[in-house]
Parts: sequence; structure tokens; C-alpha cells
Amino acid sequence: MSDVSLTVNGKRVSGSAEDRTLLVHFLREHLGLTGTHVGCDTSQCGACVVHVDGRAVKSCTMLAVQASGSTIVTIEGLADGAELHPVQAAFKEHHGLQCGFCTPGMIMTATDMIARHPEGLDEATVRAELEGNICRCTGYHNIVKAILAASQAMAKGSKGKAKQAA
Amino acid sequence: MYSVNYHRAASVADAAKLLKSGDAKLLSGGMTLIPAMKTRLAAPSDLVDVSRLKELQGVKVSGKTVTIGAATTHYDVSADANLKKACPALAHMASLIGDPAVRYKGTIGGSIANNDPAADYPAALLALGATIITNKREIAADKFFKGLFETALKEGEIITAVSFTAPAKAAYQKFRNPASRYAIVGVFVTKGKDGVRAAVTGAGEDGVFRSKEVETALSKNFDASALDGLKVPAKGLMSDIHASADYRASLIAVMAKRAVAAANA
Repeated sequence: MSDVSLTVNGKRVSGSAEDRTLLVHFLREHLGLTGTHVGCDTSQCGACVVHVDGRAVKSCTMLAVQASGSTIVTIEGLADGAELHPVQAAFKEHHGLQCGFCTPGMIMTATDMIARHPEGLDEATVRAELEGNICRCTGYHNIVKAILAASQAMAKGSKGKAKQAA
Repeated sequence: MYSVNYHRAASVADAAKLLKSGDAKLLSGGMTLIPAMKTRLAAPSDLVDVSRLKELQGVKVSGKTVTIGAATTHYDVSADANLKKACPALAHMASLIGDPAVRYKGTIGGSIANNDPAADYPAALLALGATIITNKREIAADKFFKGLFETALKEGEIITAVSFTAPAKAAYQKFRNPASRYAIVGVFVTKGKDGVRAAVTGAGEDGVFRSKEVETALSKNFDASALDGLKVPAKGLMSDIHASADYRASLIAVMAKRAVAAANA
């Protein structure tokens, strides 16, 4: 057992977990943050993507204890109260989800992608960057549309107030 | 996953000490080791995490000399502005590994210590004639990669960095497995002051290797046309559900050609 201390969605949390506990299980079972999903459990599908110290990683392929000391943002941490994050709003607007299972990972990957491409995104880049996220409904077309729209909305709104993806 | 004891090393020296406990393994990005532990293909008693060690981080470029810390992630290699100027081929290669989330975690030291026969970095380091620096010695890439998942590393030895002289020309091209994104065949070619080197990953039964046929043809004329009609022997190449040895042999010539064209572009 090890102590795991994290800052999750702005709150300091700590707990004790077996060293083999995966970060995704710590988030879901110890902290009750079930927005982060376990899809394939083999680091391919991306349903478990969260931000660890500002980088979108697969929480099924990282031990909770490895992350100890880090700052984590999960899907629950994106919205500002009742106001959706621009990427969430774009997924809603463009019907970027069908069954919704892959959506948390898609959105966490998208916010990272948008932050990494301040020059803007094009369709080919979005599709290449979604390499590690699988939608079993195959709803990629609208997911790509939503990410492009969010990227534009955030570029317009940024230069100031729009909350940057953590 | 079986039970395991996690340790976060405070320094390379500390990691070397911690490695002596039980059946300990080094943990860096964990992009191969953790999946292997989850499927119980690996079951170390202890994990020694070196991924946060400052002394193992970063890309340094000084003139033509490039040094990359062992725990530098694929993303950091792919995005390094100085490396993109000194050796863009290596930054490009790093940008082709796995997917963005994997590139944020996986490290150069972890990749070469694992020496997966389809990994990209072994081909790059072999073609660059790199030196692998450990906490005990320096090992030339030509002597480092020994076979499938096998390297010259001794028990308790820790890779701290890799270093190479940036060549005048270099490029990497890979034919990816559409599902895993690993190379079915990847070819890294370089033209430096010591001549032409061409290393092949994904194809060899014994892992990464230098292709004599490609190097001989390109030594005469470093141009894609020098590889027209090149026959690469299928002997010693892998045959599996993804590709036969003959197909891989053919792909080596094709990928080498594309790599040379990219290096000259």
C-alpha cells in the first residue's frame, strides 16, 4: 500500500491504495469520479484519457502511485459550474456523441489537442491526433466537426477570458 | 496485475540501489511495461520509477552533438525546437510512435532498453551511429542491440542518455501496422561524415539490423534511383500474420527509397 496525494479538478485529495492500483480505478472507485471510463483496458481506445500535469494520458496505463504529487483534470473538472467547457458545448451542438462511452476521453484529448495547436486545426490534423481514441459507434465525422468548431470558438474567445483547457 | 512494490528513485544512484531488491524492474513511461504487467506477461516484484529524475530529462544540442536524456518522452523529442533544426529526422520519427497519449509518457530510454523488434528508436539510433550512455559505461549502438528484446545492458545497469553527431542528411519512413501502429518495416537512413548507414526495424528475426544491400547501393549514389531494382534477401526476416518475409524484403527496398527521397528533399 502507498499513500496517493493528488490535486484533482482543483481539490487536494489523498488516499491509500495498493501499488498496483491503476490511476483510472483510483479516480473511479476511490474518488467516485466515474466520468472517466475504462474501455479496452489495453491502452488503445482512449476512453480513460485524463490530464496529468497538463498532458492528456491514458489513465488505464498508469499506476495511481506513479501520479502521486501530480495535478489531474478529469471530464468532471472541465465545466465551469453549469456552463459547459467550449469543447463540451461543441460536442453537444454538433452531435459529437452517440452512445457517449468514448466521449469523456475524446473531449480530454480534444482539449489537449487544441491547446497544443494554437495556430488552429484542420481536419487532417484532428483525425491524425485522434489516433489514440476509438469511437465504437464510428461517429468520427461529428467528433471531428465538433473539435474543429471548438478550436475556432476558443481561438476567438481566448486572448483573454475563455478558460484554457487545463 | 500481480501485486508489486513501487519506489520512486531520488537519483540514478538511488535507482541502482533500489534495483537490487527482489526482481525489480525500472519503470519509465510504462507504455510497454504496465500493459505487460496487466496481462501478467511481466511480473516484477518491485518497480523503480526513474521517469521524474531531472538528470534524465531533456534534449541538448551543442553544435552537431545531440544528447537526449533517457527519460525524455517521445513528445518532448518530437517537439524540441533545437533538435528539429539539428536532426529533424529524429524529431519526425518520434512523432510517429503510437498515439499522442502514448508519446506523452513513453521515453527513449525505455524504448531502447526494451528493444522491441518493431520499435522505431532502435533503427534511428543504429542508423545515427549513436552512443548509449549508462550509469556504468558508454556503448556503441552497433554493439547495444543484441536480438529480440535483448540488449548489451547488464544486470542493474541504467541508461542515462543517448548521444550522436547529427548527420548531414537523414530520414525515417515506416510502413505501419494499421492496428498497432508498430512498424511492419521501418527504415532509417543517414548520410554523415563516416558514410551511409541504413537500419531496418520491424523486419528482422533478430530485431533491428543494418541493411548491407541498401548501404552499398547508397554509398555509390545517395539518391532514390540508386535503389531501383534493389533485391533485399528475405533470409532472416520475420514471417507472421501481418506480412511474409518476402513481402517485408520488398518493403525494405520501398521504405529505403522513400527515406532517401525524404532525406534529399
